Amino acid sequence: MAKLELLQSINAHKGIVWNVCWHPAGKIFASCGEDKVINLWSKESQGWAVKTMLVDGHQRTIREVAWSPCGNFLASASFDGTTAIWDKKSGQFECNATLEGHENEVKSVAWSPSGQLLSTCGRDKSVWVWEVAGDDEYVCEAVLNAHNQDVKKVTWHPSLEILASASYDNTVKIYKEDQLDSDWNCIATLDSHESTVWSLAFDKTGERLATCSADNTVKIWKEYKPNNELGVSVSDQESVWKCVCTLSGYHTRCIYDVAWCHQSGLIATASGDDIIRIFKETEDSDPNAPTFDLICKKYDAHSQDVNCVKWNPTLNNELLSCSDDGQIKVWKFVEE
Amino acid sequence: MKVADNINPNIYEKGSAREISKTDLDEDLKDDFDQREIFDIIRNICDPEHPLTLEELRVVEENNIVIDNKNNTVHVYFTPTIPHCSMATLIGLSIRVQLLRALPSRFKVSVEVTEGTHVSEHAVNKQLADKERIAAALENNNLVQIINQCVKSV
Repeated sequence: MAKLELLQSINAHKGIVWNVCWHPAGKIFASCGEDKVINLWSKESQGWAVKTMLVDGHQRTIREVAWSPCGNFLASASFDGTTAIWDKKSGQFECNATLEGHENEVKSVAWSPSGQLLSTCGRDKSVWVWEVAGDDEYVCEAVLNAHNQDVKKVTWHPSLEILASASYDNTVKIYKEDQLDSDWNCIATLDSHESTVWSLAFDKTGERLATCSADNTVKIWKEYKPNNELGVSVSDQESVWKCVCTLSGYHTRCIYDVAWCHQSGLIATASGDDIIRIFKETEDSDPNAPTFDLICKKYDAHSQDVNCVKWNPTLNNELLSCSDDGQIKVWKFVEE
Repeated sequence: MKVADNINPNIYEKGSAREISKTDLDEDLKDDFDQREIFDIIRNICDPEHPLTLEELRVVEENNIVIDNKNNTVHVYFTPTIPHCSMATLIGLSIRVQLLRALPSRFKVSVEVTEGTHVSEHAVNKQLADKERIAAALENNNLVQIINQCVKSV
């Protein structure tokens, strides 16, 4: 039997906790929410405790926080329409750059694997790509208007400069920069969900993508490159993404987040039914039609909707979750 | 000033007050929420366009409320007075806000248009089900003022 052991339960924020994010070294994490505060947590002898509180950065709800791959910068996306970049060059965390341009709520922010690019998305249906141009300087490289409804989440491929976005229009779009003219283009539309796609996560290879939706399903997509062995036809020498697996019948309400562990390969989901679920790929899984088992179901993980789950980036099977109930929980996944 | 979508809506009589039963006053007895209690929370919400309550316009009815205490779900179906009512989302939002404020947080509240009673039924329902959009809307002071006007008991 596999289970999630609760290591710590933290009354973290006043009101909804929307997002948590591990520092790349896995020893600190950041959290944000309705109270417009960013908390930085570190592990003391008594457990996780607030080390730093970042206040006055935003006027409205902070929807997402993201550490840069080097761990020196923290980006925060807010309903106030801005994205703030924090660093501690001065010795303590300060907001040294603010990215403005979205017409209204910014809903997600993500750093590219190199840390040279940032992406944001929001209610105005657009996805922006920003380049780190120098000290505290960020330049907008592209505004992508591929979606026709608000964009809920952006995430980068784990090693390449390929970007994916999830939207209220039920689709996922994939973008990359054209090497010839340096224009960013939408190269694929993943169309199969029947309602809002809330979140998405690449596996460690970046060749598979898990998406979760208000249609109560998780879908696994696989990239088929030009000249693939299976003979899946591709056009314009761009990869095709096919839905190869749908996990349906497991969740009873909207799925707000999905996290694909790059070490263990386990998939965790956060749902509006207050449950955290863990899926594991079966031993004999066919790459072109993979199968997953639900190996753990934590009922009442929170007393309200679970908004976000994040695996510790170091191999220790620690999982963070946060909820509308104002709490953050630290879990240990144990397989016996 | 904008003219109301439905200038001359049908008006119905208000129902009588809920009868207090003996067990209601027994503090030791654990009693569940029922349809009628949910109805009482939302019946006096004001229509955004008329000085009338949602009950008087039959936008909300006791029979269009489904409550499941075991699974902590409350489902409210509301019926716009006309199929192209532009206020449907605002009415739905008012109902949702009122229930979020009044009910214990364990309840999952869904507010939807009664099937077949609005031209944009699907779009309105999707918007009302999106908690992120609701959260963002509730940070808009102008909108919150309008909603507070609607939910102020009359």
